[in-house]
Amino acid sequence: MRKKSAPFTLLAMLAVGLIAFSFAAFGNPSPEVKSLGSVPCGEEMRGVASEGRVFKLCDGETKVAVQVADSERTGRMSREAAQQVAARLMEEWAKMKQAKSPEAPIVLAHKGEPHTRREMRTWDTELDGAVKEGYRIFHDSSLGTNGISCDMCHPDGKDTHPYTYPKFQTQLKKVALLRDMINWCIENPLEGQKLSDEDSKMKAVEMYILWSNKGEVAVPGKH
Amino acid sequence: MERKFSRREFLEVSAQGAAAAGLASLLDGFGWSGPQSAEAGPEAQPFTFAYISDAHLYEKKLNKRFVRSIEKTVADVNALDPQPDFVLFGGDLAQLGQKGELDLGKEILDGVRAKRVMMVGEHDWYLDMGEHWRELFGPDTYSFDHKGIHCVVLNSVIVEDYWTAPKLSPMERMKAMAQLDNPNGRPFTVGEAQREWLNKDLSAVPLERPIIVFSHSPLYKYYKNWNFWTDDAEQVQAILAPFQRVTVVHAHTHQVLTNRIGTIRFHGVLSTAWPWPYAHKGLPRFTAQQDRADPFDQFDGCGWGTVEVLANGGVNKNYNLWGRKPTKVSYEWLSTVNEATLPDPYEVGPHY
Repeated sequence: MRKKSAPFTLLAMLAVGLIAFSFAAFGNPSPEVKSLGSVPCGEEMRGVASEGRVFKLCDGETKVAVQVADSERTGRMSREAAQQVAARLMEEWAKMKQAKSPEAPIVLAHKGEPHTRREMRTWDTELDGAVKEGYRIFHDSSLGTNGISCDMCHPDGKDTHPYTYPKFQTQLKKVALLRDMINWCIENPLEGQKLSDEDSKMKAVEMYILWSNKGEVAVPGKH
Repeated sequence: MERKFSRREFLEVSAQGAAAAGLASLLDGFGWSGPQSAEAGPEAQPFTFAYISDAHLYEKKLNKRFVRSIEKTVADVNALDPQPDFVLFGGDLAQLGQKGELDLGKEILDGVRAKRVMMVGEHDWYLDMGEHWRELFGPDTYSFDHKGIHCVVLNSVIVEDYWTAPKLSPMERMKAMAQLDNPNGRPFTVGEAQREWLNKDLSAVPLERPIIVFSHSPLYKYYKNWNFWTDDAEQVQAILAPFQRVTVVHAHTHQVLTNRIGTIRFHGVLSTAWPWPYAHKGLPRFTAQQDRADPFDQFDGCGWGTVEVLANGGVNKNYNLWGRKPTKVSYEWLSTVNEATLPDPYEVGPHY
């Protein structure tokens, strides 16, 4: 099942935040608001200083000016004004997505909307951080007690063949997952204590091993 | 940083090292009398030597696993009947170059019945730049003659200095060098000073005299990311190329590994501690790959071996993989096989 896109979630949070703040602060009706347009963040937005408020969209690259009443121009907005601002921001966000993807979308899993650069940058950064932590643990002897670390037998995560799991591991007498073999290595060559499935170190090592073997075809059960 | 030494300095170092380690008596019987001593001689007298390599010892209180492995090897080699003429230790006696590790290694290798020929590896070297290793075993670069063969031992784990500028401590430098897949590492070299020494050493050796070169790194270019690689390999090969029969026996790669470049034949050796997977590219076609090791058997994929030196100066190389059938790479096969007829090693597996 696909997940909601990160920008949508962030925008929704922004809107809820605005509503909550403004309702708590004022609680009175507000005039209708309307969008004054959007420009890239690096560009100046002319002629809106007197009548609008400027918001940054969740792509991190676009800003939007929204016309609000004098009373709403600074400080916290009323609940109603914040709701309307959020609605205008949603419209601008949709336009921005459209403008950024003039060609036919390739990734249809997100309702035909391609990933933004910011989304992809976020994913890459998060994955990179997780893999680096796995790399650190994989190359550190602290999982064991005898100085040995995983990389000594498995340089660059090789000869771990994570793409063959699950498989019946004869020596373990059961169908094993990669983590079962990781724990076997920790307990035997490394002479350490095995990790629980929920241990962040186990997850990090799994991430590094899988990342190191990217591109391999998954063939569960292969020996 | 490359060690710079002149030929005179080398001889002095050799002499000092030899005195310190009792190397003179060690080399007794090898016809050792310095690098210029080689003279044209008759064909080789056939003989056999054994090798033990890449023990990667920690101190015994931390790790008994690798101690068990090298002790098992020494027992195996001592059980050979007849005994080999000598036993080459191929380097990486220690894991982190520490005094206790090297002392333990020497204590164990002192139990070898046959004469011992020592070679240094990067795990022995980069904590104190080989100081304690040389105190124990003598010079790291030398040559000797044995039964008509000119034997050369190199220190082929020299890398450029990448530790001074970032102010790495000796142990940080050692750990950086000990990490096989270190993306910030530097390629091994023999280096200009040793190439110059090798040129001079071989200048007195007739071209028909068979030569065996012992090197920790492979003396060719297999896979740079893991330093299965010698960056000045072509220059070293050029020095060896005029000789009619040259064999390189190298360590470091922990696997059955065979190559032929021009007339030079290359043989890897096994580790006593653990096997390494074949790199995913660069494997020479001459290599008949050993199957992937069983992780549930500590000794699988590991072992030791022997080298049969033939009357013509060529060698048959034997790999004694524990628990498996011995593997022999014969001189005849390696000399005559047409490389173009050999399959792509990455199509025949095993797959890592």
